[in-house]
Amino acid sequence: MTPEPMPLSQVGRSIPRLEASAKVTGRAEYVHNLRLPGMLYGKIFRSIVPHGRITQVNVSAARAVEGVHRVVTIEDIRSIIPNPYFGPAFHDQPILADHKVRFAGEPVAVVLAENYRVAEQAAGLITAQYEELQAVDDEVEAVSASVFVHDELKPASTFADLQHLKGQRGTNVALDYRLRHGDAEAAFAAADQVFEHSFRTQPVMHTPLEPFVSVADAANGRLTIHTASQSPSFVRIEIARLLGWAENRVRVKTAHLGGGFGSKLYIKLEALVAALSLLTGRPVKISLTMEEQFFMVTRHACTLKIKSAVDKNGRITARQCKTWWNGGAYADIGPRVTQKAGFTAAGPYDIENVALDSYAVYTNRPPASALRGFGAPQTAWAYETHTDLIAEALNIDKLEFRRRNILRNGRPQATGTVVRDTGLEAILDRLAERLAWDQPFDRGSDKLRRGRGIAIGFKAIVAPTTSAAIVKINADGSCTLYCGTVDMGQGSDTCMTQIAAEVLNIEAESIQVIHPDTDVTPYDMGTLGSRSTFHMGNAVRLAAEDAKSKIAALMAELNLPPGSNVPLVELFRRKYGMQAGNIIGTGSFHPAYAKPDHQTGRSPQVTPFWGVGGTGAEVEVDTETGQFRVTTLVNVVDAGVPINPKLVQQQISGAAIMQFGFTVSENMVFHEGQLTNGSLADYKIPGLLDLPRNFINEWVEARQHDGPFGAKGVGESATIALSPAIGNAIADAVGVRLTELPLTAESVYRAMQAAKGKPLPEQ
Amino acid sequence: MSNTRTIRFTLNGAPVKTDVEPHETLVDVLRQRFNIGGVRESCGQGLCGCCTAIVDGIAVSSCLFLAMFADGTAVDTIEHLGSSHRLDPIQEAFIEAGALQCGFCTPGFILMTKQLLDIHPVPSDDDIRHYLAGNLCRCSAYPEILAAVKLAARRRNSAAEPA
Repeated sequence: MTPEPMPLSQVGRSIPRLEASAKVTGRAEYVHNLRLPGMLYGKIFRSIVPHGRITQVNVSAARAVEGVHRVVTIEDIRSIIPNPYFGPAFHDQPILADHKVRFAGEPVAVVLAENYRVAEQAAGLITAQYEELQAVDDEVEAVSASVFVHDELKPASTFADLQHLKGQRGTNVALDYRLRHGDAEAAFAAADQVFEHSFRTQPVMHTPLEPFVSVADAANGRLTIHTASQSPSFVRIEIARLLGWAENRVRVKTAHLGGGFGSKLYIKLEALVAALSLLTGRPVKISLTMEEQFFMVTRHACTLKIKSAVDKNGRITARQCKTWWNGGAYADIGPRVTQKAGFTAAGPYDIENVALDSYAVYTNRPPASALRGFGAPQTAWAYETHTDLIAEALNIDKLEFRRRNILRNGRPQATGTVVRDTGLEAILDRLAERLAWDQPFDRGSDKLRRGRGIAIGFKAIVAPTTSAAIVKINADGSCTLYCGTVDMGQGSDTCMTQIAAEVLNIEAESIQVIHPDTDVTPYDMGTLGSRSTFHMGNAVRLAAEDAKSKIAALMAELNLPPGSNVPLVELFRRKYGMQAGNIIGTGSFHPAYAKPDHQTGRSPQVTPFWGVGGTGAEVEVDTETGQFRVTTLVNVVDAGVPINPKLVQQQISGAAIMQFGFTVSENMVFHEGQLTNGSLADYKIPGLLDLPRNFINEWVEARQHDGPFGAKGVGESATIALSPAIGNAIADAVGVRLTELPLTAESVYRAMQAAKGKPLPEQ
Repeated sequence: MSNTRTIRFTLNGAPVKTDVEPHETLVDVLRQRFNIGGVRESCGQGLCGCCTAIVDGIAVSSCLFLAMFADGTAVDTIEHLGSSHRLDPIQEAFIEAGALQCGFCTPGFILMTKQLLDIHPVPSDDDIRHYLAGNLCRCSAYPEILAAVKLAARRRNSAAEPA
């Protein structure tokens, strides 16, 4: 049916997610639920040592289990893929351990069986012997260590600016990004006051509730991969490269994802299931357990050192930041995180002289990658705690100090890229308003002290990237959207139909979305880094405009006056003499970008837009125990002009609660290279009881001039400044500064005791 | 490995039987033998609520519930809520309040909400938070879930009142 023309705008409607009904009835499709005829189930046997040479793998007992089809090691994989190393930035990760293991939990062998539980039981019977090697654990020590995680660096050709690292030996540094703006050294020498602090962040995990799952089905000279992936286009490119095949022989499909948050990016289980299916000639499924997810990918632990020069007017004149990123055993996208987060490591302040160094470091830990913020939350933890410490020392109000130094639209950021269309100042104003910052504040009692804090941060968006989309107008006038953005819960399907519907003047809900399928949907770089609304949104807008202009051309061909309201189905009938044919609109979007100079790290166009978020917090701290409670949490982000306000609101609150977990409870604890708390029983993610009572999530409108209808991405913005806002509030309440995440009752209590001159013994 | 036993139970209103081994969990049996996609194994430790099923009217974590214990019971899953024509008011409330993102945990939340409202028709904010504390949503749609439960409670109560 031809959709009715819509008098009201489609952009700005808070419509429910298109797939909401399928989700509340349990009928939404996930790869988790996929079963193919003849499918084998794989179970991974993992290393128990963090660094070692494999001397023996004994699989005979596993092979003897009834129902086991085959046990596979790297030698078998090599018969299919001679050079079985993958990765987006470096080709450093073997599909299964290749005579060496580099972290405890690394896949060594796989059991394939008709039944998952049989595979699981048999995998438990495999044994391996290792010649253990000394391991490196700490990101700073690894820089100068004599133990090397990799003998030789193997950058992929994906990123041109890594090529100088090719073939380097004797280093654990996978990337060193440096930025030099002005003359920081001279400014420090001339400074009135200099402040210097060190910070650390802990490793945490994305914890999507649908654990990693991929299915490969090799048949008839082609390979189909069904995978819970945020980047199906990249999976296809990388699998085709590994196999030496043309891209069109590989098909990658996704379903709904049960969460992603950056975990299911680039390539994960796909290379393994592809090789296993090619080896056996049968479909193969591997589903990880929640425990295994902890060995897959993490958010980088970091050490951050930050130093600032301040003049007597309370203006920051110079800043120097050094950040070490604990990348684990395989680079994954860590080098990109290191660079992108490096751009903004000095914070959203207007500073004339900046020197930044950011190091991606290999260690013997599970690989680290992007997690909702691409490194921005780690750098903001340092610069926003540091900002508070300076304001305190200068005895300037913390809001006022930020306002005095804030980066204003029209001013160049440290990279040299001029900041525009940001809501930085407006966010500070809104936070002040919501916290009634200029009003007297109840500081509680001696036993229960109250405090409040604010923080603000920003991030550059991963660049350069591109998206393409197709809008198909069917012969009855209905519309189908082909879009490679993966809806993993953020509501992208809904948002994209609203954009197409706005252009075509039809109802958003009438549009059908074709989910990512590389045989069908055009290329998209990946659903990551808050890029989809801007990049894919623009591609969808262009595709819809293309379709619209083709409709206009058809009308002209049929001698209809422009603006004529002849229904679309009638146009097709007149053209073809029957209800037939279609109109295909295509759109491709690739924003301007300039590569940073290798020496100075600077670029006039480093990001297509800026992601900005601020948080305000009020806390109550029990001075006898260190227990604290966040009583008020206010998150304000810059949302451009929201396409779907309700979905924007949910991205803000969802990101904030996730970062709240990373702030007060989540921590992957390692002991001698071994993860000690890899399950939800020991790794606490937020639940309903953790939700602050007074929980406010808002946005300021800062129209993105080149965004689709003024929109920009918002998926990560509320994660950026949340941790330092809470840390700052605790400091305001009890006068102690925590420099390491997570913030726990114990760390608060230890700091309070230390401040009293009665430090507790270290554990 | 051959201690299989035949169990019979009512699944979503229909009588079924299957052979199970002593170690098999209800979540595996529902998913593998009966193609039930609305129960999902996530944490595998009974902590996240994604595998929630209703056994004789009581919500259980089916990842910890041995299938043999389902013998002679009535097992209901999200697939049995509402009808093919009409959603349950709780499902409608979850849609209207936007109480879901990725949707993976949603069936568990909805089944627990049903049990909550059956027992406490007018739950306080605290009742809801505590009752649903055993369900985790990593997308953190918690504010909307709270709103959805309250909305569903209002709808059920007004429907229950005489006209």
